[in-house]
Amino acid sequence: MKNLRLLIIGIAFGFILTKGEVISWFRIYEMFRFESFHMYGIIGSAVILSFIFNQLMKRTKMKDIDGKPINIPTFYSGTKRYLIGGIFFGLGWALTGACPGPMYTLIGNGAVVIVVAVISALLGAFVYGLTQKKLPH
Amino acid sequence: MIQDLLYGPWPWYYTGPAIALVYFALYLVGRRFGVSGTLKTTCSMLGAGKVSEYFNFNWRDEIWNLVFAVGLVLGGYLGGITFPNEVPVDLSASTISSLEGLGLTSYTETMIPTELFSWEALFTLKGLIFIVVGGFFVGFGARYADGCTSGHAISGLANLEFSSLVAVVGFFIGGMIVTYFVVPFILTL
Repeated sequence: MKNLRLLIIGIAFGFILTKGEVISWFRIYEMFRFESFHMYGIIGSAVILSFIFNQLMKRTKMKDIDGKPINIPTFYSGTKRYLIGGIFFGLGWALTGACPGPMYTLIGNGAVVIVVAVISALLGAFVYGLTQKKLPH
Repeated sequence: MIQDLLYGPWPWYYTGPAIALVYFALYLVGRRFGVSGTLKTTCSMLGAGKVSEYFNFNWRDEIWNLVFAVGLVLGGYLGGITFPNEVPVDLSASTISSLEGLGLTSYTETMIPTELFSWEALFTLKGLIFIVVGGFFVGFGARYADGCTSGHAISGLANLEFSSLVAVVGFFIGGMIVTYFVVPFILTL
Protein backbone atom coordinates (compact mmCIF):
# COMPACT_ATOMS: atom_id res chain seq x y z
CA MET A 1 0.00 0.00 0.00
CA LYS A 2 2.77 2.40 1.00
CA ASN A 3 4.68 1.38 -2.09
CA LEU A 4 1.63 1.98 -4.25
CA ARG A 5 1.57 5.66 -3.23
CA LEU A 6 5.23 5.99 -4.17
CA LEU A 7 4.62 4.24 -7.46
CA ILE A 8 1.86 6.74 -8.28
CA ILE A 9 4.02 9.75 -7.34
CA GLY A 10 6.83 8.27 -9.45
CA ILE A 11 4.50 7.87 -12.45
CA ALA A 12 3.41 11.49 -12.05
CA PHE A 13 7.04 12.64 -11.89
CA GLY A 14 8.01 10.67 -15.00
CA PHE A 15 5.03 12.13 -16.86
CA ILE A 16 5.93 15.68 -15.75
CA LEU A 17 9.59 15.28 -16.76
CA THR A 18 8.48 14.12 -20.20
CA LYS A 19 5.86 16.84 -20.78
CA GLY A 20 8.29 19.54 -19.64
CA GLU A 21 11.04 18.17 -21.94
CA VAL A 22 13.38 17.88 -18.94
CA ILE A 23 14.42 14.50 -20.33
CA SER A 24 15.65 16.09 -23.55
CA TRP A 25 19.42 16.05 -24.14
CA PHE A 26 18.85 19.09 -26.38
CA ARG A 27 17.26 21.06 -23.52
CA ILE A 28 20.21 20.33 -21.24
CA TYR A 29 22.66 21.33 -23.98
CA GLU A 30 20.69 24.56 -24.45
CA MET A 31 20.66 25.17 -20.68
CA PHE A 32 24.43 24.87 -20.33
CA ARG A 33 24.77 27.32 -23.22
CA PHE A 34 22.38 29.75 -21.50
CA GLU A 35 20.31 30.06 -24.66
CA SER A 36 16.82 29.56 -23.27
CA PHE A 37 14.92 30.35 -20.10
CA HIS A 38 13.03 27.03 -20.21
CA MET A 39 15.15 24.93 -17.80
CA TYR A 40 15.89 27.90 -15.53
CA GLY A 41 12.18 28.66 -15.33
CA ILE A 42 11.47 25.03 -14.40
CA ILE A 43 14.15 24.71 -11.74
CA GLY A 44 13.61 28.26 -10.43
CA SER A 45 9.84 27.95 -10.05
CA ALA A 46 10.19 24.46 -8.53
CA VAL A 47 12.67 25.83 -5.96
CA ILE A 48 10.52 28.84 -5.04
CA LEU A 49 7.36 26.79 -4.60
CA SER A 50 9.24 24.04 -2.70
CA PHE A 51 10.65 26.75 -0.42
CA ILE A 52 7.07 27.85 0.30
CA PHE A 53 6.03 24.24 0.99
CA ASN A 54 9.01 23.95 3.36
CA GLN A 55 7.89 27.02 5.29
CA LEU A 56 4.38 25.65 5.46
CA MET A 57 5.58 22.25 6.72
CA LYS A 58 7.90 23.79 9.31
CA ARG A 59 5.59 26.50 10.63
CA THR A 60 2.53 24.30 10.95
CA LYS A 61 4.67 21.40 12.28
CA MET A 62 2.91 19.35 9.65
CA LYS A 63 2.65 15.58 9.97
CA ASP A 64 2.73 13.09 7.12
CA ILE A 65 -0.33 11.00 6.28
CA ASP A 66 0.80 8.29 8.70
CA GLY A 67 0.87 10.87 11.51
CA LYS A 68 4.66 11.07 11.79
CA PRO A 69 6.29 14.51 12.07
CA ILE A 70 7.83 15.69 8.78
CA ASN A 71 11.55 16.15 9.11
CA ILE A 72 13.40 18.21 6.47
CA PRO A 73 17.00 16.99 6.40
CA THR A 74 20.07 19.20 6.15
CA PHE A 75 23.41 18.44 4.52
CA TYR A 76 26.71 18.44 6.38
CA SER A 77 28.63 21.66 6.13
CA GLY A 78 31.85 20.80 4.25
CA THR A 79 32.31 22.13 0.74
CA LYS A 80 34.90 19.91 -0.96
CA ARG A 81 32.72 16.92 -1.64
CA TYR A 82 29.92 19.11 -3.00
CA LEU A 83 32.17 21.02 -5.35
CA ILE A 84 34.28 18.11 -6.62
CA GLY A 85 31.39 15.64 -6.67
CA GLY A 86 29.24 18.30 -8.29
CA ILE A 87 31.77 18.83 -11.10
CA PHE A 88 31.87 15.09 -11.84
CA PHE A 89 28.09 15.03 -11.83
CA GLY A 90 27.93 18.04 -14.16
CA LEU A 91 30.30 16.34 -16.64
CA GLY A 92 28.01 13.33 -16.69
CA TRP A 93 24.81 15.36 -16.82
CA ALA A 94 25.95 17.27 -19.90
CA LEU A 95 27.24 14.13 -21.66
CA THR A 96 24.19 11.93 -21.13
CA GLY A 97 21.85 14.94 -21.15
CA ALA A 98 20.10 13.31 -18.22
CA CYS A 99 20.35 13.27 -14.47
CA PRO A 100 19.11 10.12 -12.68
CA GLY A 101 15.34 10.95 -12.77
CA PRO A 102 15.29 11.63 -16.51
CA MET A 103 17.43 8.51 -17.15
CA TYR A 104 14.73 6.21 -15.76
CA THR A 105 12.07 8.26 -17.53
CA LEU A 106 13.85 8.03 -20.89
CA ILE A 107 13.80 4.23 -20.70
CA GLY A 108 10.00 4.42 -20.45
CA ASN A 109 9.98 6.82 -23.39
CA GLY A 110 11.46 4.05 -25.48
CA ALA A 111 15.14 5.06 -25.35
CA VAL A 112 16.06 1.61 -24.06
CA VAL A 113 19.78 2.12 -24.71
CA ILE A 114 19.78 4.41 -21.66
CA VAL A 115 19.68 1.19 -19.60
CA VAL A 116 23.40 1.05 -20.39
CA ALA A 117 23.86 4.56 -18.93
CA VAL A 118 22.03 3.47 -15.76
CA ILE A 119 24.27 0.39 -15.43
CA SER A 120 27.26 2.70 -15.88
CA ALA A 121 25.87 5.03 -13.21
CA LEU A 122 25.53 2.06 -10.84
CA LEU A 123 29.16 1.24 -11.53
CA GLY A 124 30.08 4.88 -10.83
CA ALA A 125 28.21 4.80 -7.52
CA PHE A 126 29.95 1.50 -6.68
CA VAL A 127 33.40 2.97 -7.42
CA TYR A 128 32.54 5.93 -5.18
CA GLY A 129 31.64 3.52 -2.37
CA LEU A 130 34.96 1.68 -2.83
CA THR A 131 37.13 4.80 -2.93
CA GLN A 132 35.15 7.01 -0.53
CA LYS A 133 37.73 6.97 2.25
CA LYS A 134 40.54 8.06 -0.06
CA LEU A 135 38.63 10.94 -1.64
CA PRO A 136 38.71 14.49 -0.24
CA HIS A 137 35.44 15.44 1.43
CA MET B 1 -7.36 21.97 -22.04
CA ILE B 2 -7.11 18.33 -20.93
CA GLN B 3 -5.88 17.49 -24.40
CA ASP B 4 -3.10 20.09 -24.04
CA LEU B 5 -2.07 18.76 -20.63
CA LEU B 6 -2.03 15.14 -21.80
CA TYR B 7 -0.04 15.72 -24.94
CA GLY B 8 2.04 18.77 -24.14
CA PRO B 9 4.74 19.86 -24.34
CA TRP B 10 4.29 21.95 -21.21
CA PRO B 11 5.76 25.41 -20.71
CA TRP B 12 8.15 25.90 -17.79
CA TYR B 13 5.45 27.48 -15.62
CA TYR B 14 3.45 24.22 -15.61
CA THR B 15 6.46 21.96 -15.23
CA GLY B 16 8.28 23.70 -12.35
CA PRO B 17 5.25 23.96 -10.05
CA ALA B 18 4.27 20.37 -10.92
CA ILE B 19 7.74 19.22 -9.78
CA ALA B 20 7.25 21.16 -6.52
CA LEU B 21 3.99 19.24 -5.99
CA VAL B 22 5.93 15.98 -6.36
CA TYR B 23 8.40 17.33 -3.80
CA PHE B 24 5.57 18.10 -1.37
CA ALA B 25 3.73 14.82 -2.03
CA LEU B 26 6.86 12.82 -1.14
CA TYR B 27 7.09 14.56 2.25
CA LEU B 28 3.40 13.90 2.81
CA VAL B 29 3.95 10.16 2.39
CA GLY B 30 6.92 10.26 4.76
CA ARG B 31 9.73 10.29 2.19
CA ARG B 32 11.81 12.98 0.57
CA PHE B 33 12.63 14.12 -2.92
CA GLY B 34 15.80 12.62 -4.39
CA VAL B 35 16.51 10.13 -7.13
CA SER B 36 20.19 9.20 -7.00
CA GLY B 37 19.69 7.28 -3.74
CA THR B 38 18.34 4.56 -6.04
CA LEU B 39 21.92 3.90 -7.19
CA LYS B 40 23.16 3.35 -3.64
CA THR B 41 20.20 1.13 -2.79
CA THR B 42 20.66 -1.00 -5.91
CA CYS B 43 24.40 -1.46 -5.28
CA SER B 44 23.61 -2.54 -1.73
CA MET B 45 20.91 -4.92 -2.94
CA LEU B 46 23.41 -6.51 -5.34
CA GLY B 47 25.74 -7.22 -2.43
CA ALA B 48 28.13 -4.24 -2.54
CA GLY B 49 27.93 -4.07 1.28
CA LYS B 50 30.37 -6.98 1.38
CA VAL B 51 33.20 -4.90 -0.05
CA SER B 52 32.36 -1.38 1.14
CA GLU B 53 30.68 -0.23 4.33
CA TYR B 54 29.14 2.64 2.35
CA PHE B 55 26.72 0.06 0.99
CA ASN B 56 26.42 -1.86 4.24
CA PHE B 57 22.91 -0.94 5.37
CA ASN B 58 19.53 -2.58 5.26
CA TRP B 59 18.49 -1.86 1.68
CA ARG B 60 14.99 -3.18 2.43
CA ASP B 61 14.36 0.10 4.30
CA GLU B 62 15.15 2.02 1.12
CA ILE B 63 13.24 -0.13 -1.34
CA TRP B 64 10.76 2.74 -1.73
CA ASN B 65 13.16 4.64 -3.94
CA LEU B 66 13.32 1.71 -6.36
CA VAL B 67 9.52 1.68 -6.47
CA PHE B 68 9.70 5.40 -7.22
CA ALA B 69 12.19 4.68 -10.06
CA VAL B 70 9.83 2.05 -11.52
CA GLY B 71 7.15 4.75 -11.42
CA LEU B 72 9.45 7.05 -13.40
CA VAL B 73 9.83 4.43 -16.13
CA LEU B 74 6.04 3.91 -16.27
CA GLY B 75 5.43 7.69 -16.24
CA GLY B 76 7.89 8.02 -19.10
CA TYR B 77 5.94 5.41 -21.04
CA LEU B 78 2.66 7.19 -20.31
CA GLY B 79 4.04 10.60 -21.33
CA GLY B 80 6.22 9.47 -24.20
CA ILE B 81 4.39 6.53 -25.80
CA THR B 82 0.73 6.61 -24.72
CA PHE B 83 0.37 10.41 -24.94
CA PRO B 84 3.47 11.54 -26.84
CA ASN B 85 4.31 15.25 -26.97
CA GLU B 86 2.74 16.67 -30.09
CA VAL B 87 5.54 18.91 -31.31
CA PRO B 88 9.32 18.54 -31.22
CA VAL B 89 11.41 20.46 -28.67
CA ASP B 90 11.14 24.18 -29.40
CA LEU B 91 14.81 25.06 -29.09
CA SER B 92 16.25 28.55 -29.44
CA ALA B 93 17.60 29.57 -32.84
CA SER B 94 21.19 29.81 -31.57
CA THR B 95 21.03 26.28 -30.08
CA ILE B 96 19.68 24.94 -33.37
CA SER B 97 22.44 26.52 -35.41
CA SER B 98 25.03 25.11 -33.01
CA LEU B 99 23.47 21.61 -33.27
CA GLU B 100 23.44 21.83 -37.05
CA GLY B 101 27.11 22.78 -36.96
CA LEU B 102 27.82 19.64 -34.94
CA GLY B 103 25.82 17.46 -37.33
CA LEU B 104 23.09 16.69 -34.80
CA THR B 105 19.85 17.06 -36.72
CA SER B 106 17.52 14.65 -34.90
CA TYR B 107 16.14 17.49 -32.71
CA THR B 108 13.34 17.86 -35.27
CA GLU B 109 12.03 14.40 -34.38
CA THR B 110 13.14 13.15 -31.00
CA MET B 111 13.96 14.32 -27.46
CA ILE B 112 17.51 12.97 -27.60
CA PRO B 113 20.10 12.92 -30.39
CA THR B 114 19.73 9.46 -31.90
CA GLU B 115 23.13 10.03 -33.55
CA LEU B 116 24.66 9.51 -30.08
CA PHE B 117 22.07 7.51 -28.16
CA SER B 118 21.17 4.30 -29.97
CA TRP B 119 22.32 0.68 -29.95
CA GLU B 120 24.32 1.31 -33.13
CA ALA B 121 26.01 4.36 -31.58
CA LEU B 122 26.81 2.48 -28.36
CA PHE B 123 29.54 0.51 -30.10
CA THR B 124 31.30 3.58 -31.47
CA LEU B 125 33.76 5.82 -29.63
CA LYS B 126 31.19 8.64 -29.51
CA GLY B 127 28.43 6.47 -28.12
CA LEU B 128 30.82 4.99 -25.59
CA ILE B 129 31.77 8.44 -24.31
CA PHE B 130 28.26 9.88 -24.22
CA ILE B 131 26.48 6.82 -22.82
CA VAL B 132 29.01 4.82 -20.81
CA VAL B 133 31.45 7.47 -19.60
CA GLY B 134 28.60 9.97 -19.10
CA GLY B 135 26.58 7.49 -17.09
CA PHE B 136 29.59 6.62 -14.94
CA PHE B 137 30.19 10.28 -14.05
CA VAL B 138 26.52 10.79 -13.21
CA GLY B 139 26.61 7.91 -10.72
CA PHE B 140 30.03 8.65 -9.29
CA GLY B 141 29.37 12.40 -9.03
CA ALA B 142 25.88 12.07 -7.58
CA ARG B 143 27.14 9.87 -4.76
CA TYR B 144 30.29 11.91 -4.19
CA ALA B 145 28.22 15.12 -3.98
CA ASP B 146 25.56 13.30 -1.92
CA GLY B 147 22.76 14.24 -4.30
CA CYS B 148 21.78 15.00 -7.85
CA THR B 149 19.52 17.62 -9.41
CA SER B 150 16.49 16.67 -7.33
CA GLY B 151 18.44 16.45 -4.06
CA HIS B 152 20.58 19.57 -4.46
CA ALA B 153 19.24 21.88 -7.18
CA ILE B 154 15.66 21.55 -5.93
CA SER B 155 15.42 20.18 -2.35
CA GLY B 156 18.69 21.69 -1.12
CA LEU B 157 18.21 25.12 -2.66
CA ALA B 158 14.59 25.21 -1.42
CA ASN B 159 15.97 24.64 2.07
CA LEU B 160 18.60 27.39 1.56
CA GLU B 161 21.48 24.94 1.97
CA PHE B 162 24.88 26.44 1.24
CA SER B 163 26.23 22.95 0.45
CA SER B 164 23.64 22.58 -2.29
CA LEU B 165 24.55 25.91 -3.79
CA VAL B 166 28.17 24.71 -3.93
CA ALA B 167 27.02 21.47 -5.56
CA VAL B 168 24.98 23.35 -8.17
CA VAL B 169 27.99 25.56 -8.97
CA GLY B 170 29.92 22.31 -9.44
CA PHE B 171 27.18 20.94 -11.74
CA PHE B 172 27.54 24.02 -13.93
CA ILE B 173 31.34 23.95 -13.99
CA GLY B 174 31.25 20.32 -15.16
CA GLY B 175 28.33 20.88 -17.51
CA MET B 176 29.90 23.89 -19.20
CA ILE B 177 33.26 22.13 -19.66
CA VAL B 178 31.46 19.34 -21.51
CA THR B 179 29.13 21.60 -23.48
CA TYR B 180 31.71 24.13 -24.65
CA PHE B 181 34.81 21.94 -25.02
CA VAL B 182 34.17 18.20 -24.89
CA VAL B 183 31.07 17.96 -27.12
CA PRO B 184 32.51 20.03 -30.02
CA PHE B 185 35.82 18.17 -29.70
CA ILE B 186 34.32 14.68 -29.78
CA LEU B 187 31.84 15.46 -32.55
CA THR B 188 34.51 16.82 -34.85
CA LEU B 189 36.92 13.89 -34.35
